[in-house]
Amino acid sequence: MIERATFRVKVGLARMLKGGVIMDVTTPEQARIAERAGAVAVMALERVPADIRKEGGVARMADPEIILRIMDAVSIPVMAKVRIGHFVEAQILQELGVDFIDESEVLTPADEENHIDKHKFETPFVCGARNLGEALRRISEGAAMIRTKGEAGTGNVVEAVRHMRLIMKEIRAIQSLREDELYTKAKELRAPYDLVRYIWENGRLPVPNFAAGGIATPADAALMMQLGAEAVFVGSGIFKSSDPDRMAHAIVEAVAYYDNPKVLARISRGLGEAMRGIDVSKLSEEELLQTRGW
Amino acid sequence: MRIGILAIQGDVEEHEEILHRLMVETKRVKLPEDLKDVDGLIIPGGESTTFRKIMLRSGMFDALLQFDKPIMGTCAGIIVMAKALANEEEPYHTLGKLAIEVERNAYGRQRESFEAQVEYSFDGAAKVAFIRAPKITGILSDDVEIIARLGDEIVGVRDGKNVGLTFHPEITGDTTAHEYFLNIVKGE
Repeated sequence: MIERATFRVKVGLARMLKGGVIMDVTTPEQARIAERAGAVAVMALERVPADIRKEGGVARMADPEIILRIMDAVSIPVMAKVRIGHFVEAQILQELGVDFIDESEVLTPADEENHIDKHKFETPFVCGARNLGEALRRISEGAAMIRTKGEAGTGNVVEAVRHMRLIMKEIRAIQSLREDELYTKAKELRAPYDLVRYIWENGRLPVPNFAAGGIATPADAALMMQLGAEAVFVGSGIFKSSDPDRMAHAIVEAVAYYDNPKVLARISRGLGEAMRGIDVSKLSEEELLQTRGW
Repeated sequence: MRIGILAIQGDVEEHEEILHRLMVETKRVKLPEDLKDVDGLIIPGGESTTFRKIMLRSGMFDALLQFDKPIMGTCAGIIVMAKALANEEEPYHTLGKLAIEVERNAYGRQRESFEAQVEYSFDGAAKVAFIRAPKITGILSDDVEIIARLGDEIVGVRDGKNVGLTFHPEITGDTTAHEYFLNIVKGE
């Protein structure tokens, strides 16, 4: 008997992406550059986060036409983004056959209270998180992968570092608790007791934990891996650099050899200009994407 | 005995966990020199295109062509080990360790991924996962032994000391396939 879309099968694909780089692309040509560079998957978008930030307006799911053309262009998995809470956009992406759905704060939220009930879908979901409580709430809603939110479209890794360090620190803190303290901890985190208990027993999330949001160089990618990320999303960082093809190759290699400074030194040479970047502390509260999601 | 796991990308940890449960020492293999002190190698699941890119750049591809100890590949691993690939637009370097032809993503996209029971020729059945799995579309030598089936479909083969599975025994935690492979390594 064949069982499709079990939680194990959904998390299974997330596990296969570990140690890899998932790249934002807006055209079939960019998708082919990403695949040739060794990306494990691509995120099909209408605009990369840096442009969403610049142009403003309501950011929605990409036109299915763009997504289908990208799916046709490459043999690696294709992901696409939906607005937080917009389960109809998710139904559409599932119908198109995308391999992973990102319920993403980079797009304008469609619901300010509820996220999508991701258990209802056959397609696996990834969601962003800034801390452990947020990560566990998304997992309880059915997310098969967690990524840091970071601050997308800035080319500045500082927020992704903050979020990854915090999540790892909170995991270690749970492990130091007595068993009878887990109930209160679950209340504090606003997360289900069973998931808090899982962390206490295993010292890790029950789904892969990836990094995203502001990663712009091979060194950024390797930094996130050394901080405990299991793979890396690169959004604007590749196609907003001066030589996307070389940058894509270098970031793929940096994630594979994240703990080998000799290799990192070699691949970081002569890459041209990384994306310009924004000082996150200069952004106003309304300009932050990471505060979206609850 | 020490088993290397190709650690370019993919579900390396899941294979480590199974081998550690079997009390076998593991080593992550990323560069050619890492192969020196391993008795066998596992090529895990992941993206075969990514494996190939990095293996060609790092010299790992040539090192594995020379490597004459047993190798077991699961999912992406069997693609990398096959002699021939069906339906590829661009020429695709493979190690040719298994005299079979394989088609990538042959069941379709992620929504066609599944769990199912496979029958092993050597020791009963096990629940395993097929994630965007390949299919074996041709057996190219009489030396190839069929070791796993899903219904009528061939999903696992052995060619000499090398083993290829189109699925993931490591995702459901069944140790049967790994024990079979360890016996080959012990016999060498």
